[in-house]
This record gives sequence, C-alpha cells and structure tokens, in this order.
Amino acid sequence: MTDLELQKMAVEVRKGIVTAVHGAKAGHPGGSLSAADVFTYLYFEEMNIDPKEPKKADRDRFVLSKGHTAPGLYSTLANRGFFPVEDLPTLRHIGSHLQGHPCVQHTPGIDASSGSLGQGISVAVGMALSAKLSNDSYRVYTLLGDGEIQEGQVWEAAMFAGHRKLDNLCVIVDNNGLQIDGKIEDVCSPYPISDKFQAFNFHVIDVADGNDMAQLRAAFTEAKQTKGQPTAIIMKTVKGKCVSFMENQVGWHGKAPNDEEYAIAMEDLKKAGEALCQK
Amino acid sequence: MSEVKKIATRESYGNALAELGKEADNLVVLDADLAEATKTGTFKKAFPDRHIDCGIAECNMMGIAAGLASTGKVPFVSSFAMFAAGRAFEQVRNSIGYPHLNVKIGATHAGISVGEDGASHQCNEDLALMRVIPGMVVINPSDDVEAKAAVRAAYAHEGPVYLRFGRLAAPVINDRPDYQFEIGKGVTLRDGKDLTLVATGLCVSGALEAAEKLAADGIDARVINIHTIKPIDEDLLVQAARETGEIITVEEHSVIGGLGGAVAEVLSEKYPAKMLRIGVQDTFGESGPAVKLLEKYGLDAAGIYQKVKAFHS
Repeated sequence: MTDLELQKMAVEVRKGIVTAVHGAKAGHPGGSLSAADVFTYLYFEEMNIDPKEPKKADRDRFVLSKGHTAPGLYSTLANRGFFPVEDLPTLRHIGSHLQGHPCVQHTPGIDASSGSLGQGISVAVGMALSAKLSNDSYRVYTLLGDGEIQEGQVWEAAMFAGHRKLDNLCVIVDNNGLQIDGKIEDVCSPYPISDKFQAFNFHVIDVADGNDMAQLRAAFTEAKQTKGQPTAIIMKTVKGKCVSFMENQVGWHGKAPNDEEYAIAMEDLKKAGEALCQK
Repeated sequence: MSEVKKIATRESYGNALAELGKEADNLVVLDADLAEATKTGTFKKAFPDRHIDCGIAECNMMGIAAGLASTGKVPFVSSFAMFAAGRAFEQVRNSIGYPHLNVKIGATHAGISVGEDGASHQCNEDLALMRVIPGMVVINPSDDVEAKAAVRAAYAHEGPVYLRFGRLAAPVINDRPDYQFEIGKGVTLRDGKDLTLVATGLCVSGALEAAEKLAADGIDARVINIHTIKPIDEDLLVQAARETGEIITVEEHSVIGGLGGAVAEVLSEKYPAKMLRIGVQDTFGESGPAVKLLEKYGLDAAGIYQKVKAFHS
C-alpha cells in the first residue's frame, strides 16, 4: 500500500477504536490512537500474516506488550479481515471475544495474551529465540508504552535479547509522553530511552513522528536490514491523535467518550478522512 | 529400612531431562543461573543448543518460556521454588497460566529441606501459589522413580505443569516393577483401617516409617501418596475417609493451602472427616542441616508418629 492508502486506513482504524471504546463505555482510547498508525503499518504493510489463516506457522508475530491499548489492535485486526468490524462495539461486554486486554484464546489474530505491563516483551523475546533455535524466518514485533518501560522486567528482556543478538526482534516504544498519573518525566522519567536500549545492545532507531507513515516505513525497513542485534524503534507520538479533545490529554488514557463526545470524535475522523481524499 | 538408596529428586529431574531430550527434539530447558543446583547440567552437556541460561532474571525467563511454548517448543523452566513460584508468580499466572501454554516449571529446592540457606530460600508456599492458578497441574514426587516418571508425564501432558523437587536426598520407595505414574492418581502404599496418612513428596517415606511404628502400637494406618496435588484424587481420599475415619495429611509445606488445604477442601464438601494437618505451621523456616530441620519441625518419621499418636488417642 502507498503511504496515503495507509493513512486512510489508519483513519478507519481510529474510527474503530472510538467506536469500540464508546461501545464498551470503558477502555483506553489515548494510547490506542497514538499507536493507530504503527498498528496499521504493521498489519497492512509490514507483517507476513494472513487473516484467513491466523495461526499459520511461518507468520510474523506481534505481541501487544502495552495490552491496555487492545482497542487499537482489535480495530486493526477487524479492518484487516480477521473478524467483522461489527464486533468492535462488543468490546468488554460479557460473552464478547474482545476482552479488555488481548487474550490469545478468544480473538483471531492475537499471538499472545497480555495486559500486565512488562510481560509482553519477554514473550516476544521467547518467540524470537524460538525462531532462532529452529531456523525459522519469521520476525517478531512488540509494542511497549513509554510508561510501561518503568517495569524492571522490560530491561531483563532487553538484556537477554541484546545478549542473544535476536535480530528477528523489533521492539517498538510508543513515546506519547503520558501515563495515568501524568507526564512520564514527572512520574518517573524513563528518559533517555534510546540510550538505554543502546546500552542493552540494541540497534536504535528514533522516529521523530510516529504518526507519519513515511517515517514508519523508513524505520521498519532499516529494522529489517539490521543484522546481529535486535532493533528498538523509539517513536514520538501524540496520545489521542486525530481526536481533537483527546490529543495530549492525560485524562483520555483510560476513559470512554459519552454519546456527545463520540459524535464529535467521529466527526473529527470523518474530516481527517475527507482531507486525505483531497490529496 | 536400612541400606535404602537415596537420591535427591532434583537429580532425578536433571537425569530425566537428559534422557527425554534424546527423544524429544522440541524440548528446551531454561535456567536462571542455577543450572548447577537444579541439576539440568546433564541436559546442558548433552544438548547445549537447547539449554538457555536466562541469567538471574526469573520473571523474564517465564515470559521467554511462554514465547517458546506458543511457537511449538516444550520448555522446562528451572529455578528454585522460591523464585519460580514466588518471585515470578504473576508471570506464571498471566504469561503462562492464562493462555494455558505448554510450559513445564521444574522447581527445585522446595521446602525447609533446603537446609543451611535458611528461610529466605525455603519455599513452603509454592504448592498453594501454583494450585490456585486455573488449569495448572501441580506435582510433588516422593522419590527418584516418581520424579523421573513425573517429568515424562509432564512432557506428555498438554498444558502448564508445576513440578516440585527437593535438594535433600530422599529414600527410593517406588522402585518396583509394577510402579505406574498417572497424573491425578494417588497411590495407596500401605493398607490400613484405623486411620489414613495422606503424604506428599519428601514426607511420603517418613509417613511409611511412621505407619510401621504405629503398627507396633496396634494402630493400623493406611498410607496414601498424593503425588499430584492438582488435580487431586478425590475418589481415593473420600474412600479413605469413609473406610478409616481419620485423615492426617503430611507435607513439607505450609499447612495452609498445600496438601492439607487441598484435602480439607475435598473432604469438607464430600465426606467430612476428622483431620490433622502435619506440615510447616504458619511460620518461616531457618538455617540448619536439612535432616535436623525436618526433625525440629516434626516432619520426620518420629515427629509424624508422635503427632498421629496424640491425635488418634
């Protein structure tokens, strides 16, 4: 897909996020929206996956270590054809396959159950190690929050991945700058993030705008070409991206829009989509 | 019971893995800088590519095991019970238990028989912690024969399994041609009609010895070996309660939440019986030679005998 096509798809993914969280009357829109572009890029451009065969052995794997942004992943999977988009408003409802956090047994296309922060990266490292042990060629991607990297387990996993030179592993940090209690640098600063991953023997790629498809494309292309060490993509993003009243607002980390807010959000996204159609 | 062969079940664990590794290409072994102590060194020597030392990072090791299992490997994750079940509890629960992944946790150095290292390393809580995780099979073998059989059974079982092994050499009590191991099936080692000793792990041999002493006093004790704490053999326990009345559990674990807890849960619902739970009371352990500690905490044959005698009279 072209960057423009991917941008348009990201708008659809964002609509799905807002719809899902509105339907759930709970959930995490902020970090889902900041990562909507990277979700879209991964599932529509980067990864070797097949919605008709979600468990195919040689597929690339994705672990959503920041599992609370499941609405972003669910909307992407739905738009990619893993299950109907109509399922999205059932998020968090009793009986729905869309659990509050990703569950491998419930949802087609989910490669790992996650949600307890810091754990997903270890699972991704295990998958990457597994591929190395049996000479499989699939790649493994994992997305972490910038608040999440306050968890010590992240660095246990990073140390191991660097030590084992897992060049089939790509760790992505969604640096939207906000966590529940405020700005990450005010709560417990993880900065400098890039230097830390570098110190753990990662090839580090800084992406100035992680909501820009061309920059994401360049980063993932470089990651794939990197041999002998794992890659960490540290991408600056905007939390709540594309929904006017949610952008950079810490309060929208884990809150659902009411009916009125939902209408405004969908209108924002409609306009964003129309603007792209003018290009 | 003179001249009985003694082997620590951690040795059995290492030996069983080295054997099984020859047949099972997908078996991998993980350690957190304790391969020397968990006795997986024999596997490491035979299959260096399939032995992964994760360094001193047990939480990450559990996650790595989850990733390996979800891509078709069968990981045996080794560490001390304290760190496998204790430190990494939430990783075991969320990364392994919740997705019901095919991970086997080989936890050595369980209980007070760790000895000199003391309370910080003596895990008397692991059976309780692991038992409460949905879908987790919990096995506590009593000797070398059973431990090796348990490793094979765990490999054959699809889903997460917690295996508990000890540091102290344990008498070999199951070395007989007709020995069979089946997950969830208790074994009646001695028949009796007056009461039943339900023992697990290291305490099974002590319970057998205690039963002999009781016999000399005219008390006919049944001895059941519960090697699988979960799923527990409910039928065998109910039958014992029905036929012998009194039930005494014996374990090298806290009396809260382990074998005693599990048996009490079953019997209180299905066949209420008079019970005594022998084990580590609500306390931490301490440093000392393992055998002396077992004596002090009343978990050797003499201690079991005395407690049962007082309870029965």
